[in-house]
Amino acid sequence: MSIRIEPLIALARPPRRAFSLALWLDREAVFGWLMMALPLLFLAAFVGYPFVYGILLSLQDRPVAKPGHFVGLANFVKNFHDPIFWRVAVNTFVYTGVATLLKMVGGLGLALAMNQDFRMKNLVRALLLLPFIVPTVLSTVAWLWMLDPAFSVVNRLLIGLGVPRPGPSWLGNPVLAMFSIIMINTWRGLPFYGITLLAGLQTVPPELYEAATIDGAGGWNRFRYVTLPLLKPIILIVTLFSVIFTFADFQLVYVLTHGGPQNATHLFATYAFDIGMGAGQLGLGASVALTMLPALALLIVALTLYMRRA
Amino acid sequence: MVTGRGRVEQAVWVWLPVGFFLVIALFPFYWMAITSIKPNSELYNRQLMPLLISNPTLKHYIDLLSQTHFLLWTWNTMLVAVISTGISLVFGAMLAYPLARMRFAGAGLIAMTVAAIYLVPQPLLFIPLADVINRLDLGNTLTSVILTYPTMLVPFCAWLLLGYFKTVPKELEEAARIDGASRLQTMRRIFLPLCTPGFISAGIFAFTLSQNEFLYALIFLTKSSVRTVPVGVIAELIRGDVFYWGQLMAGALLGSVPVAIIYSFFVEHYVAGLTSGSVKA
Repeated sequence: MSIRIEPLIALARPPRRAFSLALWLDREAVFGWLMMALPLLFLAAFVGYPFVYGILLSLQDRPVAKPGHFVGLANFVKNFHDPIFWRVAVNTFVYTGVATLLKMVGGLGLALAMNQDFRMKNLVRALLLLPFIVPTVLSTVAWLWMLDPAFSVVNRLLIGLGVPRPGPSWLGNPVLAMFSIIMINTWRGLPFYGITLLAGLQTVPPELYEAATIDGAGGWNRFRYVTLPLLKPIILIVTLFSVIFTFADFQLVYVLTHGGPQNATHLFATYAFDIGMGAGQLGLGASVALTMLPALALLIVALTLYMRRA
Repeated sequence: MVTGRGRVEQAVWVWLPVGFFLVIALFPFYWMAITSIKPNSELYNRQLMPLLISNPTLKHYIDLLSQTHFLLWTWNTMLVAVISTGISLVFGAMLAYPLARMRFAGAGLIAMTVAAIYLVPQPLLFIPLADVINRLDLGNTLTSVILTYPTMLVPFCAWLLLGYFKTVPKELEEAARIDGASRLQTMRRIFLPLCTPGFISAGIFAFTLSQNEFLYALIFLTKSSVRTVPVGVIAELIRGDVFYWGQLMAGALLGSVPVAIIYSFFVEHYVAGLTSGSVKA
């Protein structure tokens, strides 16, 4: 008995094909990179390039519409000796720190209040998010009018409650102006905090509360030892988000005070705008904006790594 | 959590705090609305109770629509928002699909880079970008903002879609592949239709973000005919020290309406995106 092996071998060997485009395109690496190529090129052109170009600009004396020339770190040195720059730096940190703290505490309060059973809850949630949805500039204009020096509705209500006329100058007094922009930033950002934390609260298994109650934990202890530890990751992420975008805020201050009075509310972004766009000093303006980079880079890297781990 | 609470107790624990937040959140909108329909004689009379109105009028709206380019600004804003949202969804999906479904060298790095770009705020880039737009001769064209808005929207959509894509089970795609479909066919015919909710969430966010954008529009668009609503309202209804408060509030209210309408239709998608974008993604 002889066994014919040849046809079997022929079967086992895949048919030899010339280079096949379809097969090549089907490889994960090829398909993946081809698919991502266009958006990546776009981001390289409109984010990567301006980013690098911004760093180069910050090392130049570059008036608008004129060629620039390299001046090394002169712009940064100039900022270092500029008292307004330091004022701006302090303002930005105060603004970011206080507003974030208020949003965190208020947002937690909002989330806890909303995490109960009551009627029309979805409607209430939708309404509460409105400040966060409506274009910032448009709602900020409403605040500008509410704090108007002559016709402020806030002051007219306060006067009705017995505050002496004409009431506080909300945007005219340096300290009050900082207070006002912080409060308005909080007004706008708090719903984001609250609704995100609410979603976090709703994932806490009720059994944990029951177990804690059986173990004799009161309301505060349940919050302290059950709710807070479970919410910690969400609080951290939302806070990092909020810090990044508060730190680089522009719209609100631009509309309400333009950085005034006496630079009391200028932030890095508005000051960079005034120098770069207002005074046309692109190089110096870029250097002011880039001063935000170290702090932002730290936050961005922290958040990116954290989101990746989660 | 706690059951069997009385009506009074519920009123105290629920409606006192929730009502407080509601009043604060909504009062500015009430003030916007009531200001926009008050005649100037009531607007600038300090003797009257400010929260009420006796002779409502549409004069500010008529003035706004007839004396300014508000309708044109609204059209510009919509056009820019729709096109840049479309670009961002397509590009976002092109980034997110390979990252969610395939293993290849460099995928992790790209995912990190995209996330990092999403977090880069505009004030870091606006000065060099202004120069780039100038050199491309795109100043005062809607193209300038249609090109620059996706710089923040693409990474955002990619990140949100990436999170969504990972939740879709792979089995259907695998079955299609076994049946001989190419990767592109599998993605287009099988996978993407399953992801409609993810696209709606990302789309609404991108749309609201483009309606909200101010800095780039302020810098790139200085001619009235190309302005968007936020820039038009700020730049043209505040002339020097003269504030046209009635028109300003009418404009602010009308400018908020499109976002509010879209939001009200898709509020569940919005909340889902909000919480997954930051919480889970």
